[in-house]
Amino acid sequence: MASFLGTQINPKSFHRSQFKFYALLVPLSIFMILPVIYVVSQAFKPLSELFLFPPRFFVENPTLENFARLFRTASGTGVPMTRYLFNSIIITTLTIFLTILITLMTGYALSKKRFKAKKALFSINQTALMFVATAVAIPRYIVVTGLGLSNNFFAHIIPYLAMPVGLFLVKQFIDQVPDELIEAAKIDGANDWHILTKIVGPLVKPALATVAILSFQFIWNSTESSAIYIIDETKKTFAFYMATLTSSTAGPAGVGISAAAGLVMFLPNLIIFVVMQSNVMDTMSHSGIK
Amino acid sequence: MATKLVRPIKLPVKLQGLIDNHLKPAWEKVDKEKASTWLLLSPYIFLFTAFIVIPVLVAMFLSFTYFNVIEAPRISDLYGLYNYIMILTQDEVFLRYVLPNTLQYALITGPGGYALSFLMAWMLSQIQAGPRKFVALALYTPSMLGGVFIGVIWRTLFSGDKSGYVNSIFLDLGLINTPIDFLQSGNYLMDIMIFVTLWSSMGIGFLSMLAGILNINREMYEAAYIDGIKNRMQEIFYITIPSMKPQMLFGAVMAIVGAFNAGGIGVALAGSNPTPQYSGQLIVNHIDDYGFIRYEMGYAAALSVILLLIILLFSRVAYRLFGERD
Repeated sequence: MASFLGTQINPKSFHRSQFKFYALLVPLSIFMILPVIYVVSQAFKPLSELFLFPPRFFVENPTLENFARLFRTASGTGVPMTRYLFNSIIITTLTIFLTILITLMTGYALSKKRFKAKKALFSINQTALMFVATAVAIPRYIVVTGLGLSNNFFAHIIPYLAMPVGLFLVKQFIDQVPDELIEAAKIDGANDWHILTKIVGPLVKPALATVAILSFQFIWNSTESSAIYIIDETKKTFAFYMATLTSSTAGPAGVGISAAAGLVMFLPNLIIFVVMQSNVMDTMSHSGIK
Repeated sequence: MATKLVRPIKLPVKLQGLIDNHLKPAWEKVDKEKASTWLLLSPYIFLFTAFIVIPVLVAMFLSFTYFNVIEAPRISDLYGLYNYIMILTQDEVFLRYVLPNTLQYALITGPGGYALSFLMAWMLSQIQAGPRKFVALALYTPSMLGGVFIGVIWRTLFSGDKSGYVNSIFLDLGLINTPIDFLQSGNYLMDIMIFVTLWSSMGIGFLSMLAGILNINREMYEAAYIDGIKNRMQEIFYITIPSMKPQMLFGAVMAIVGAFNAGGIGVALAGSNPTPQYSGQLIVNHIDDYGFIRYEMGYAAALSVILLLIILLFSRVAYRLFGERD
């Protein structure tokens, strides 16, 4: 049994056989995270340090200069940076809320209802997991224009609400909810809306949290809608502003500002993920495709 | 005060009659259960159709036409296959750079990122839960940065002058005498793109596989060792992978999609489309180039269809490998 002890998956305590994994994983994870730390420290470097040769890895005299410049900077058309940030926050909040609602509704129907097209719908959705939106950016643009959404604030939101991966994860999770629970609620006179909000919704919270994270990561970082569907500068998003900022401001001074902007973009991502990490892992154990 | 605030509205007699005689019986006949089901499904079905199904169909249709956005699309010469014939015979950039680049990039970052994700997930499952959380977070972080920020990070590190961090390290070590223009010279862009993509490939597929490995029943391993499994290699191939096939497949699909979706990375790094000497040009960039810079939408649509077919092909392979046969 000695060989078995060393091969434990998810071990409870330290064993010297784990040493080799630590020896590999710890340096590797440091290597993975170093570039991020470098740019984060760039964000706090004063101009003199950004120009420094040879470049230093860590900041020596941290300053908030870059952030101040970032918040003062306005785009070429005079739109202040805070406007883009405001747009992004509104768009992201609305998208996450609506995505969760729609995926929950659809996931529930696909998992617990009996209707003819059920299997077909689910397998179509499963095929759509492979859908690469950038491949059909042009026809999507045509659809968006056709629906009268071009240059409309909702063009940031509506095209991205149908999220095949999200639906897939939620549906797999709802499959674990026992049918008897729903039957019992029905006997007590609950309609579908009650069942969704009072029973299924709370039970599949981890899956919904995962959907929220994925949808957040996508929409918060997305520049596509601003670049293609929106004309007015005042309706564009922070990610888009940052993309133009980083390509238009070259040289070390620009590096400081874009590093600061990058940090502003990245922090919410990190915080949300760290807070919800256990939910994500919970969901992922049901994520398999058969 | 418990007065009733909402009083029943008195409707005109005619309207009340209409409701009582026609609408109410009609409403009673409706299968509530069915209506509710379709009500739940309809928003998703509508959005899915409008923004996923229709665009794919429109792309297929446009690929047979000449469309410059201003005039209505018209069926092109050669019975509509004109765009495809042009792509496969006349488009030198596509054949010389874009197609080989895309295949090289996708074949390395897809399976490579996938194998890396599995390996990392497997190693992570062997250590204690406390440290595991931190290491997993470090590995996952690059994948949640988003294309723009990834561009900023690596453009800073690979900056072409001597204040670029990588250049300064190389200069310091005496490996080079003059700074290398990593991102603009075209010689290194592809390698850097592959490296950066692998760096950021431990995403949701990785988390799925990690959860899958942790979920395997420990008794499976005990039984396997009693049955004579000898080493870790056998353990992985006979127990671990077969027990988490569904997660392996999910991870594979996510890896394929990720590999093709990350196509913007070359443009983000080099800062221009087309990339220098087309060295980092992938199909996705080629589509953007024709669609949104040259406005040859028909041609771009034909390229999109080719891309979708390539992705479908890759996914079929993944399903063959990991799908469960009934």
